[in-house]
Amino acid sequence: MSPHLILRIVSKLLIPLIVVFGFYVHFHGDFGPGGGFQAGVIIAVAVILYALIFGMDEARRAVPPVAVRYGAALGVLIYVGTGVLTLFMNGAGEPLNFLDYDALHPDQSHHTGQHYGILLVELGVLTTVTSVMLAIFYAFAGRVPDIKDEDW
Amino acid sequence: MHTDLTQYLDYALIAMLLAVGIAIVRLRNLFAVVMLTGVYSLLSAAWFVSLDAVDVAFTEAAVGAGISTVLMLGAMLLTARESEPAGQKRHWAAFAVVAAAGAALFFAIPDMPVYGDPDSPANSYVGMEYMDRTPDEIAVPNVVTAVLASYRGYDTMGETVVVFSAALGVMLLLGFGTGRREEDEEDEL
Repeated sequence: MSPHLILRIVSKLLIPLIVVFGFYVHFHGDFGPGGGFQAGVIIAVAVILYALIFGMDEARRAVPPVAVRYGAALGVLIYVGTGVLTLFMNGAGEPLNFLDYDALHPDQSHHTGQHYGILLVELGVLTTVTSVMLAIFYAFAGRVPDIKDEDW
Repeated sequence: MHTDLTQYLDYALIAMLLAVGIAIVRLRNLFAVVMLTGVYSLLSAAWFVSLDAVDVAFTEAAVGAGISTVLMLGAMLLTARESEPAGQKRHWAAFAVVAAAGAALFFAIPDMPVYGDPDSPANSYVGMEYMDRTPDEIAVPNVVTAVLASYRGYDTMGETVVVFSAALGVMLLLGFGTGRREEDEEDEL
């Protein structure tokens, strides 16, 4: 039996909650403190906690380094893509502007497009930040063997 | 004069920050130093909350106390657990730098606006304009998010690219983390 039974059980309970909290921070960023950057860091922390307790190999199986590499670029693409999208969607008939979110939704009086645009670009930030934090963690922690129990 | 009770909380937090800072300088055990820098970040996050800068506090808690501590721990595992005692000469050079920087900061204090001053530069010009216009133009309750993602969308895009390039640099220098580990290499020797 694992010597870290309590740690494993508690972290198994906590990690899903940490991820859900990360998404809450992202989607609630319009209304409260937080946003894509903080949410990305929180989700990366959940994976790092998993890696610390279950080992690097298990973490690499859960979130492969390939996905992390593509994710870092994908986030930037989502952000820039939102900007390009506003150039092509011209709901209000206004002059076209890069990253002008009002073009995303015809409801100009409530600025629904601004909500959509902010959520989309923050999703890009979240994807990049989560991937980058994990990439740096994998690059550092991948170079040392897992810490032995007697070393703690 | 109006007394604000939260100022005593600020004093207590700053005193704790000072104590942790002194402990970090005096300790040799790098594991304890890494943990104390995490504590330092958490204390500054609490202080930012008390200063009503919740967005900054959130970032400080997540990045400073969370990610940085883990990355420093990973970096520490690649080196030694204890730091070598520094030579006496280096002590004095470091002290001179710290004293000069501290003196410059104290010199700058009289130019700072009073905390909460409604006429301070941060509260006077474009900041107030964002506060006035966000409900009409963006219709988002959190003005920080509105400025960050909408008014300054270009800046945040640049920041995202900066974060991406940081990962690119680390990957190019250290590899993708998929290479062989030290223990595997030892087995083959």
